[in-house]
Amino acid sequence: MSGSRLRALGCAVALLVLAALPACGVTIPGLFEGPLDAPGTLNLLALCFVFGTLALSYDLVFGYTGLLSFGQALYFATGAYVTAIALAHWNLDLPRALGITAAIALVLPLVVGAICLRTKDIPFAMVTLAFAEAGSIFVLQNPWGLTGGEEGLTLPSAALPAALVGVTNTRNLYWLALGLLAVAFVVAWWAVNSPPGRVWQAIRENERRVSVLGINPYLYKLGAFVSSAFLASSAGVVYLLIQGGANPEITSASFTLVLLVMVVLGGVGTLWGAVLGGIAYEYLDVRLLGLSSAPALANLPPFLHVPLSQPLFVLGLLFIVLVLFFPGGFAGAAQSLRARAGSAAGVR
Amino acid sequence: MLLAITGLGLGALYFLVACGLSLIWGLMRVLNFAHGAFFTVSAYCGWLAANALGAPGSWTAWLAAVAASIAAGGAFATFAELALVRPLYRRPVGQVLVTVGLALATIALVQGSFGSDPRDFAVPAWMGKTTAIAGAAIPNTRFVTIAAAVIALGLLVFFLRRTRYGLIVRAGVENRAMVSALGIDVGRAFTLVFAIGGMAAGLGGVLAATYYGSIDPGRGSAMLISAFVVVVLGGLGSVAGSAVAAVLVGLVQQFLNFYAAAGVGDFAVVILLAVVLLVRPRGLFGVS
Amino acid sequence: MSDRTPLLEVRDLDVHLGESHVLHALSFDVARGGITALLGRNGVGKTTTLRGILGLVSRAGSVRLDGEELVRLPVHEIVRRGVGYVPEDREVFAALTVAENLALAERKGSPRKYDLVYDLFPELRERAAQLAGTLSGGQQQMLALARALLNGDNRILLVDEPTKGLSPLFVGRVATALERASHETTILLVEQNLAVARKLAGAAIVLDQGRVRFTGTVEALVSDPDLARSHLGVATAAAHA
Repeated sequence: MSGSRLRALGCAVALLVLAALPACGVTIPGLFEGPLDAPGTLNLLALCFVFGTLALSYDLVFGYTGLLSFGQALYFATGAYVTAIALAHWNLDLPRALGITAAIALVLPLVVGAICLRTKDIPFAMVTLAFAEAGSIFVLQNPWGLTGGEEGLTLPSAALPAALVGVTNTRNLYWLALGLLAVAFVVAWWAVNSPPGRVWQAIRENERRVSVLGINPYLYKLGAFVSSAFLASSAGVVYLLIQGGANPEITSASFTLVLLVMVVLGGVGTLWGAVLGGIAYEYLDVRLLGLSSAPALANLPPFLHVPLSQPLFVLGLLFIVLVLFFPGGFAGAAQSLRARAGSAAGVR
Repeated sequence: MLLAITGLGLGALYFLVACGLSLIWGLMRVLNFAHGAFFTVSAYCGWLAANALGAPGSWTAWLAAVAASIAAGGAFATFAELALVRPLYRRPVGQVLVTVGLALATIALVQGSFGSDPRDFAVPAWMGKTTAIAGAAIPNTRFVTIAAAVIALGLLVFFLRRTRYGLIVRAGVENRAMVSALGIDVGRAFTLVFAIGGMAAGLGGVLAATYYGSIDPGRGSAMLISAFVVVVLGGLGSVAGSAVAAVLVGLVQQFLNFYAAAGVGDFAVVILLAVVLLVRPRGLFGVS
Repeated sequence: MSDRTPLLEVRDLDVHLGESHVLHALSFDVARGGITALLGRNGVGKTTTLRGILGLVSRAGSVRLDGEELVRLPVHEIVRRGVGYVPEDREVFAALTVAENLALAERKGSPRKYDLVYDLFPELRERAAQLAGTLSGGQQQMLALARALLNGDNRILLVDEPTKGLSPLFVGRVATALERASHETTILLVEQNLAVARKLAGAAIVLDQGRVRFTGTVEALVSDPDLARSHLGVATAAAHA
């Protein structure tokens, strides 16, 4: 079987296994606090999938097209907040709320991207940061009482269909998140292997050469920008549903920076690497907090205990080590391992 | 009047953070996301020093805090440049990323060690009082902040215009390769610029603590965003530009926040950043 | 009495700029003393060769100055070993004054030849406080040359098209300056202007598509019209201008 078909089969198998998890009562000690079908575990995994999707979306614009955008959080937050506002304040039902969100999730990045893409490199990064900051300030100011300001916006449970509410239905949210990730992955994979996707990668390598060939890089960059933002917004919607509310933390610049960490961790420019990066980040973020009160860790001397109980510290440190020594992230390390194994076996 | 002086005071703080960023970007083409972390760590070091030496609220304690803050900022920045930024010289994106990682890790460490809540920062009694100018009662902390920033500006300008390393920095901002081609080791200038930026950020950190009466792990990141605005507006690599832009930003922010609505000023400043980047990426005085 | 070993030995110099392979295993010697001209049509890699010697572009191969291998050294170390550089497009620091530009060029431990510099270019002394960015093209070229001539212990000067875009008066002054400098130091001169090259240089190296095509004397090159046309793309009648 060819390499790519093997990989596709592997993905399908993984998907089936993951889908079956909620039926599985196995407990993996250390990895999760409860058995695999417990709501807590499923909740964590669902969040991990959401972040995997988000990281994937960022990989499209940063890893494949080479656009260092610091504003990705804006679109994730848009997905979450617009749906939340539509449900909570405008009393729309879910399908209509989603419709409005989808529309805004297309128009906003189109407009913002059209403006931002007039610049390149660092100025581009800063303009995207500026817009994201503007969004963050906007949310925090709680204009017309819409966004809930610092406290965030909770979803009234009456606004959602019964299948998505309640602890017993966590598995539905789990499947929703898994489904989102699967669909996003397929879409992303199709996109990067399609002609526009190849142009994206060419732009990353050498934009001038692309324009010399008669292709307008601006349009393709905008396309990557909008597609990526739309995916991020969808992730935001699912996030909202899982969390039952939106909070302003997801609009902050540090959140986008954390996204950057996720994608670099996993491996820039590889789809599954980014997904793994997102999953790993969210997992570590939640578990480290939990672990810090665990007896094993609590008995450590303060100078070890304190840093290790701060997930961002561990991640930041990991990130620094990765950037310095393993610029390819997980995926890069895996690839070089594979290459070494191949040459060792004399396959070359 | 109160608004104007407050705006100037804020502008002074922004300038202290921005001037280092501006030089680092101008000379090294590095977007130093860790600058906010320099600011925060120094402020905490200053706070620790103040608590350790002298009674809270005394001048000795405060001066110790200032000294410690500046020293900590310089030391931390130097370490960051030598250990993290320099090895990634050939990978500019990697350099930016490593500063991001440093920022995240450092702020998290501070939060873990001291908690996320603000801690009180004791200032000498005189600073807590106000002085009347043109009928408005202005807290003395504003004057101290502005005075310190002006002194820093003066020192910086002196350094740039009258010392050899200042000359190297000014030339390097324009054309780094040619400076090497004259037989000058630009690497040393890089470390120096990081150290200066760190010291200025440290001064900014302790002055912000004085200004607000507290230290806070999150303030550095908020300052960083404003500092980015100032740097871009004022022109990457231009200290004078940063000074002018900082004053502008501080004033605009204060007046809009007051006369329009809270937050409008911040919003306007960020939009201003976007506009300048689109229209004139080099900034008002920038040497591209 | 005079040392006959080559001052500069370039072996298998290979440079890639982006996707293109600009220099292909370039090898040549520069004799000690006098002026050697590096000639060739536009785009053959003359500027890249100079930059490769200095290390301003990444390269593979070997560059020896007086037997010492330079290729593993950083740019500023190479320059400190006594290499002066006058880039194409001058690259003076526009935001600095003339005096500051010169001061920056001073190297620790090198004898300063301000008297030579001000003798050749008196306007640099007059305009010491003027911003270099406000100088005319010719004046900037004077400044660029002055920077390289300032350090008395330079063993070799790499000079890239110093007469480009200059009026005949300034061309003459550049030629005079180079001629004087050549008494004390070796010069590798990239020139498009054949008349200047012919007047100043003894030896010539011709490049074509990143390879050495001819080494010999300028006279030999210029007096053979076929050679001149094929290597330089000029009719030698024009060279007599």
